[in-house]
Amino acid sequence: MVSRLTRGERELAIGILVLLGFLGLAMTAAGGDGPLGIHGLVVIACAVGTTFVVIAGLFATEPGDDRLSRYYDDPSKVGIVLAIVWGVVGMFVGDWVAWLLAYPEMTFDAAWASFGRLRPVHTTGVIFGFGGNALIATSFHVMQRTCRARLPDQISPWFVLLGYNLFCILAVSGYLMGLTQSKEYAEPEWYADIWLVVVWTAYFLLYLRTLARRQEPHIYVANWYYLAFILVVAILHIVNNLAVPVSLGHAKSYSLFAGVQDAMTQWWYGHNAVAFFLTAGFLGMLYYYLPKRAGRPIFSYRLSIVSFWGITFFYIWVGSHHLHYTALPHWVQTLGMTFSVMLLVPSWASAANALLTLNGAWHKVRDDAALRFMMVAAVFYGLSTFEGSFLAIRPVNSLSHYTDWTVGHVHAGALGWVAFITFGSIYAVVPRLWRCREMYSARLVEVHFWLALAGTVIYVFAMWNSGIIQGLMWRTYNESGTLTYSFIDSLVAMHPYYIARAVGGLFFLSGAVVALYNVWKTARLAAGEQTEAAGDTPVAAPAAAGSLQAGE
Amino acid sequence: MAVGERDPHTGHLTTGHEWNGIKELNTPVPRPVWLFLAATVVFSVIYWILMPAWPLGATYTEGLLGIDQQSRVDADLKNAARDRASWSAQIETMDAEAIQADASLMRIVREAGRPLFEDNCAVCHGSDARGGQGYPDLTDRTWLWGGEPETVMETIRVGINAAHGETRSSQMPAFGRNRMLDRKAIREVATYVRSLSGAVPDSGDEATAVAEGKEIFAANCAACHGEKGTGSTAMGAPDLTDEAWIYGGDRQTVFETVFSGRQGQMPQWEERLSAVDRKILALYLRDLGVGGE
Repeated sequence: MVSRLTRGERELAIGILVLLGFLGLAMTAAGGDGPLGIHGLVVIACAVGTTFVVIAGLFATEPGDDRLSRYYDDPSKVGIVLAIVWGVVGMFVGDWVAWLLAYPEMTFDAAWASFGRLRPVHTTGVIFGFGGNALIATSFHVMQRTCRARLPDQISPWFVLLGYNLFCILAVSGYLMGLTQSKEYAEPEWYADIWLVVVWTAYFLLYLRTLARRQEPHIYVANWYYLAFILVVAILHIVNNLAVPVSLGHAKSYSLFAGVQDAMTQWWYGHNAVAFFLTAGFLGMLYYYLPKRAGRPIFSYRLSIVSFWGITFFYIWVGSHHLHYTALPHWVQTLGMTFSVMLLVPSWASAANALLTLNGAWHKVRDDAALRFMMVAAVFYGLSTFEGSFLAIRPVNSLSHYTDWTVGHVHAGALGWVAFITFGSIYAVVPRLWRCREMYSARLVEVHFWLALAGTVIYVFAMWNSGIIQGLMWRTYNESGTLTYSFIDSLVAMHPYYIARAVGGLFFLSGAVVALYNVWKTARLAAGEQTEAAGDTPVAAPAAAGSLQAGE
Repeated sequence: MAVGERDPHTGHLTTGHEWNGIKELNTPVPRPVWLFLAATVVFSVIYWILMPAWPLGATYTEGLLGIDQQSRVDADLKNAARDRASWSAQIETMDAEAIQADASLMRIVREAGRPLFEDNCAVCHGSDARGGQGYPDLTDRTWLWGGEPETVMETIRVGINAAHGETRSSQMPAFGRNRMLDRKAIREVATYVRSLSGAVPDSGDEATAVAEGKEIFAANCAACHGEKGTGSTAMGAPDLTDEAWIYGGDRQTVFETVFSGRQGQMPQWEERLSAVDRKILALYLRDLGVGGE
């Protein structure tokens, strides 16, 4: 990895890492033995560790200029591996908390092992660790191919990828220490948030710089989605995390918003994290790897346009459907609900565009588990967007809100859509990145597919049942007009479904472990077998751009 | 500008663009998409006209139906109260004995009491109301402050050592920690206290301890627990002669209780439960106690 960097880039990397080390030192000095100080030590450890890796390769032979005639895929390779590792860890913790809900005494009397701390480790691990790394890694791969341009330099992709992972580590270790902003999916404290803004800005600029260097007249759909994902997530992240720290030496901060405004800002963020992180980004993945793997043209360019603008326009309004029947004014709830209903059309249009693209390639779906992953992802995307719009309708929400139905809905999307499209894309991209013909074992891909599908179906059915039973029990009255069931009654009724859910999760986790093994074996095997994919090279950059390259 | 080609499978033209081998068909947007979009937009517009929907500076469009979630909740609460009116007034005004004698009212007490108890009390006293260490068993016949329904209701209303002006309060002093008794004396009085509920001394030494402990008890404990150790419901001092223990009746726990003292707490419920609900709970608990006999 380091040997592909020029001497100047290696020195620049060390320079950045030294700065980062000093930043960690400042955090330690200011934070003392509080969580901020401990996080300072984490930052120092990461900076020093990475510096060692760079120094070990500092005096290796420099790469020739021929590197510029090939795409730069090293960050994508590392990103894919990080994604799967985060996936396995995040899903493991997810299944752990699933068992914890069925057997709540499993906390060993340790604060870090309580549900409140482990649950955000799971959500951050899978959404940001697994999903985020997969998005970064595939976006680097996709934007280079669809722009036929190499990444503009070799340092910023590393800064984005590794800096992002540092954010994930600070987030997850903070939760275990009891550190949280108490905003769902935005739990990390102010300094981690500021760091993510720096990293994310670099990501946005990297994307724009690559697009500016493109050798294609048009920008491919996948890039619209990736760019929407990067831009809107930046806006959401900055606004929702506006907060005032207790002091510069203290990890805790207080939100700039209060009361119902805080709740509305949080769910404007929260639902658009679903929209622009978990939907737009992964639609970018779908729009490249699905047609590529199927060998079919996109069904309709026009439908792509309609759905892209439909999704970006409608989604931004719908966050208030998380606050039905609360102190939020009724009119805001009405807007959230009606825009959620309209949102169904572009969502289904996207799913249909993906599935209709497969016309003429259904035999491949039958034979190729990687493509089947993507097909099932499109189906679950359609299913969970329908469910989402349905649950956003106020009277439906009065039954479903605060029940496991919501949890089931989220996982239909997260497992069935996000994880399926990610695994399908990983199986498509890994042989290309490591330049070998195919995955180490097609059989294991098949095994993973069925484990993942079984796990998702068990999970979702368990939560549908438990959620609806729960919702009905909470609203059942006796003839005399008093509640028939206590809350504990509903918990007792949930117990078998909680066990079923944890078993489903175990299936899904096992599939991810199989994927990790398969990718690792593929990478090992690829070291011996290097096939050059014909035409997988950027267009030779014009002279002007070429000279820029050397200076960057 | 690239020229479109015809896709042999669908018969549609491509847009003529190509990215890394990916092409796009120029298929028109299928008609159902437009119809479906029109339908959802029409639905939304109608909904906006009927319901509170769009902000207008400091106010908002209120909708033709005049529905507002706050007035809806108020109406629902009023309806719910009306559903309960047939019996709630009776429970509120009738004497406890009269309610206990009325089978149909007691059916409502049992029906409504169980969820009320499980939602509010079970977290400490257990869903079977049998309590646990530090939390009294409510199904036996021993009552710290008295077991008459009116007394239980009062305990629920004001709590014990709670944040309420009229709270019941009581405290078992820390005889050891505050150096009122030495360890030997505490051991002796603990042995005596255990003997009150029938723990047989298992050695000659213990028999002497019981005798010593009896005197210590008379001097230090009898003021609250009574000369015979039967307790006092006026002071919330437990009866030490029965089988029931709040914190445990083993040697170590009784020693710990005398050494460090106890000051259990029960929250006040006046601000959280209505008078009817509190009365239902008291009657429900008494009913459990009768059932447990």
